[in-house]
Amino acid sequence: MQQTSKRLIPGYYFSLVITLLGVSLIVLLPFAALVISGWQVGAQQFWQEATNSRVLASYLVSIKGALVAAIINTGFGLLLAWVLTQYEFPGKWLLDSLLDLPFALPTAVAGIALAYLFSDQGWLGRLVVPLGWKISYTFNGIVIAMIFVTLPFVVREIQPVLEQLDFSVQEAAYTLGGGTSTILRRLVLPEILPALVSGFGLVFARCLGEYGSIVFIAGNQPYHTEITPLLIMFKLEAHDYSGATVLALVMLLFSFTFSFIIHSWQRWLLQRKG
Amino acid sequence: MYWQKSKWWWRLGIGLLLLGAYIGLYQLRLAQAAPTSGSGATVTLTNVSYDSTREFYQAYNQNFQKYWQRKSGEKVAVAISNGGSGKQANTVIEGNQADVVTLALAPDITSIQQAGLLKANWQQRYPDNAAPYTSTVVFLVRKGNPQQIRDWPDLLKPAVNIVTPNPKTSGGARWNYLAAWAYASKKYHSTEKARQFVRKLYQNVTVLDSGSRDATTTFAENGQGNVLLTWENEAKLVCQQHPGEYEIITPSISIKAEPSVAVVDSVVAQRNTATVAQAYIQHLYSVKAQKIAAQNFYRPTNQKVAQAYRKEFPALQLVTINDPLFGGWAKVQKQHFANGGIFDQIYGGG
Repeated sequence: MQQTSKRLIPGYYFSLVITLLGVSLIVLLPFAALVISGWQVGAQQFWQEATNSRVLASYLVSIKGALVAAIINTGFGLLLAWVLTQYEFPGKWLLDSLLDLPFALPTAVAGIALAYLFSDQGWLGRLVVPLGWKISYTFNGIVIAMIFVTLPFVVREIQPVLEQLDFSVQEAAYTLGGGTSTILRRLVLPEILPALVSGFGLVFARCLGEYGSIVFIAGNQPYHTEITPLLIMFKLEAHDYSGATVLALVMLLFSFTFSFIIHSWQRWLLQRKG
Repeated sequence: MYWQKSKWWWRLGIGLLLLGAYIGLYQLRLAQAAPTSGSGATVTLTNVSYDSTREFYQAYNQNFQKYWQRKSGEKVAVAISNGGSGKQANTVIEGNQADVVTLALAPDITSIQQAGLLKANWQQRYPDNAAPYTSTVVFLVRKGNPQQIRDWPDLLKPAVNIVTPNPKTSGGARWNYLAAWAYASKKYHSTEKARQFVRKLYQNVTVLDSGSRDATTTFAENGQGNVLLTWENEAKLVCQQHPGEYEIITPSISIKAEPSVAVVDSVVAQRNTATVAQAYIQHLYSVKAQKIAAQNFYRPTNQKVAQAYRKEFPALQLVTINDPLFGGWAKVQKQHFANGGIFDQIYGGG
């Protein structure tokens, strides 16, 4: 009996091999190199490098900043995506294309511009001085930089889902006497939650690793506004490659654990939805 | 379907426009790479340098090109790369083909030497510890000097906010820290007191930028802090760019910052550029080059040129890195900047 291909689209093995090869070369190989060079450090030194008080403080700054930025961007991104998909207004296409700019702008340029705008003498920073707030060169500055750099993630995740929402279901629910909050909670939220969760995860992971824009706006005060990627740069500047590897591995562990949790959550949500 | 056709024309037009722009840029790049047409091959030379030498080497490269063409008939194109000194050294170690390195401090070149790219005696191969121009660390304050800052102890006043680059990310900023240390040691003759002095000083630092240009931007463009603790050449550059807005305060004691230069032996051997690379470094000591250095705010090492520019560079007590209180770079790196060294300790405990 002659076996025929069960697949409709040809080139299954060809594309699979290219994909696996590409992923191995670009993603797995560098990670493996990182893990191997970290392995050579030795457990005791590893522990010492990874847990000295200044490094611990930097983890907290990085994680706290990334969490705050991810929460804000999830809310703001949802709002933006909602506006872009549900309403018609002049200049909508412009807003839509502007949203991708943070991806295109070199992060260092973004950092310098934000530091300038949000410093206590800058156009925007000046406005909050009467409230006693300071943005540039404080923790707030770190969050602002993170929000800017990762703004498009959540919007672009949710937009396609919102575009495909079937409003006849909602109208039906409405005619059956469902309130707005019930409709949002029981009908809209379950649809967009997986995308929302994955957007949140992307923002968080990207923020953890962000360096270029933050160093210009953070002020880099040890223990207060020093992010972990900056400490990695200290090590590199001192030609201490093994120390840099240790911190890089710890950061990798953070984002791997986090993205694992996010993905499991997302899969669970999708399965439940059926 | 007329509208669909016109849509395709649009797409084609935009595509052609992008292609045209790319070709235009490519042609421009070619035109710039070969500024003068004519006979004789062009030698290229790569100078990997640090942050603050941008303006100086732009001027020096032009001078050297003329000098070299007169001397050897050969055209030379010098590519310069600027960045944090330590990072720049790392790129050379990792295979960036630098014919010469002109970095902010000797240990960065020593690290290249330890990677086997140049000979151990590099610092003896050129005069003045292979530092053709020097600088020192000064204070830049806003016009009128509202905080009345005259010397190092004034920086410890509670109301003073200092902006300075981080010695951990910026090699050049190690000189800034060492200048404070030099003053305190000379003044109090006690390591413990010096440690307390620099600890107090860095407690007044509100922004610890990653590079020296970043610190300058934070201070001058974004208006942070009362004092910028920085190299003299960087301070003078700010004054030149913002005339009448800032004042330079030269302290009583500071450090003699010696940015080192070297030819990268293994690279020039491979690229066959040894002669021109050596001439490039040697020519830095010529009277003309020393004048260019002085015009770009570096202190010249040539005595005659230094004499001619003495009004520009106020006299002060300069401590060198080989002074017994420091004992050379190897010792300083270990004692002050290594993991858990004094610089880490002064930040210990938050």
